Amino acid sequence: MAERGCRLLVVDDNKVNRLLLSRSLELLGHRVATAENGVIALAKLQEDAYDLMLLDLEMPEMDGLQVLEHLSHDLKFRDLPVIVTSSLEGVAHVARCIELGADDYLYKPVNQVLLKARVGSSLEKKRLRDQQKELISRFATSEVAQDLEQSGFALGGRHVEASVMFCDIRGFTSLAESQPPEETIELLNTYYTLMFDAINGAGGVVNQMIGDGLMAIFGAPLSLADHRGSAVRAALDMIEMIELFNAEREAADKSPIRIGIGIASGALIAGYTGTQKRATYTCVGDIVNLAARLEAHTKVASRSILIDAATREALGDALKIESIGAVTFAGKSIAIDVYAVEAA
Amino acid sequence: MPEPIIDPATFAALGDMAGPEFVRELVDTFLEEAPRMLAELHEAYAQYDVERFRRTAHSLKSNSNTFGATQLGIAARDLELGGLDSASPAALAALDADYARAVEALKALCDG
Repeated sequence: MAERGCRLLVVDDNKVNRLLLSRSLELLGHRVATAENGVIALAKLQEDAYDLMLLDLEMPEMDGLQVLEHLSHDLKFRDLPVIVTSSLEGVAHVARCIELGADDYLYKPVNQVLLKARVGSSLEKKRLRDQQKELISRFATSEVAQDLEQSGFALGGRHVEASVMFCDIRGFTSLAESQPPEETIELLNTYYTLMFDAINGAGGVVNQMIGDGLMAIFGAPLSLADHRGSAVRAALDMIEMIELFNAEREAADKSPIRIGIGIASGALIAGYTGTQKRATYTCVGDIVNLAARLEAHTKVASRSILIDAATREALGDALKIESIGAVTFAGKSIAIDVYAVEAA
Repeated sequence: MPEPIIDPATFAALGDMAGPEFVRELVDTFLEEAPRMLAELHEAYAQYDVERFRRTAHSLKSNSNTFGATQLGIAARDLELGGLDSASPAALAALDADYARAVEALKALCDG
């Protein structure tokens, strides 16, 4: 797909080169700003957001290599693609630029066909990276998103101690059938906004949403000292937010909604699953299964929040927690002690 | 047949890509900037400023190649790669002469 209308920065001390390159890029449909040397370029990068920089090497004040070095130390510019344009001869310069993080190297005078191809490819890569970041920020807090960015997107898992939460809206299917579709989508959007606020606020990460159901992890990808307490606090916040939401709904003559939440804690394997092209952060382990069972059991037990014994252990006496006895879930050979957490 | 001062294919390709009006402006810019570059080259030579000499010759080479000013580009490249130590007043004078010829040829192409 040809990218157009992007914001590009051309850095060259030579006026003829600057004008010609700007013209070439404008003819490709982009908006171009220029800088006469590295110092001015870095100042412009601080002021405005750019999709791509075309960088000359030989410049007074601050040359292209110094600019590249500067950018490589600044996390903010890690995703800014740079194409070096130079008429310096020899491959040593090319190698040095690539080492310092440049995407590509074009010899001047720049061939328009090559320019189009390289600029297009760099912008496409930038677009995909931006999309990836956008996706991550949707299911992760900013700290987690930053951590993921720094650690890269290596597939592969690790063992973590964490709490897993499942949540869904009770009787959602019949509710959805009884109202116009746009109202259902609006309801879901409000519901997700409220749930995300509560979960992210307690340090959790929503990693899956299906229909009216969601899965959240506390303690991964970033470890969380009190992941069990955090998960339960999030659950109580969620219930409280739903109560407030219901008051609004009632005022608008709409029926209240109820949610069920299941939480289980322990060791699990967390990591990216999928392929290099499409991956999702997920957790695998018995407790994931258990948390899902607990959530489903909230309907049977007529409780809002159900937790397992491992989560219960970390909570102390400050909360109102009631044992509802041992439950044998389908497919499990042994009964599990289940506790209900009541809103204060 | 003598080598043309401005390579017609390069100059035509530039016009096809950027448009003749823009190329005229670009030539004007070059004619404003180049005398400054030549002066800087002489100055760097006189002051034995090796780095400035190389960088200026490099810049001049780059612009010459953009317009297809073949001989001027070769002369500037020789100075860039040879460096200040292998340069001579005669070589600089030859570069000035190449530039003067390139100016006439570029003006003729733009007026034509």
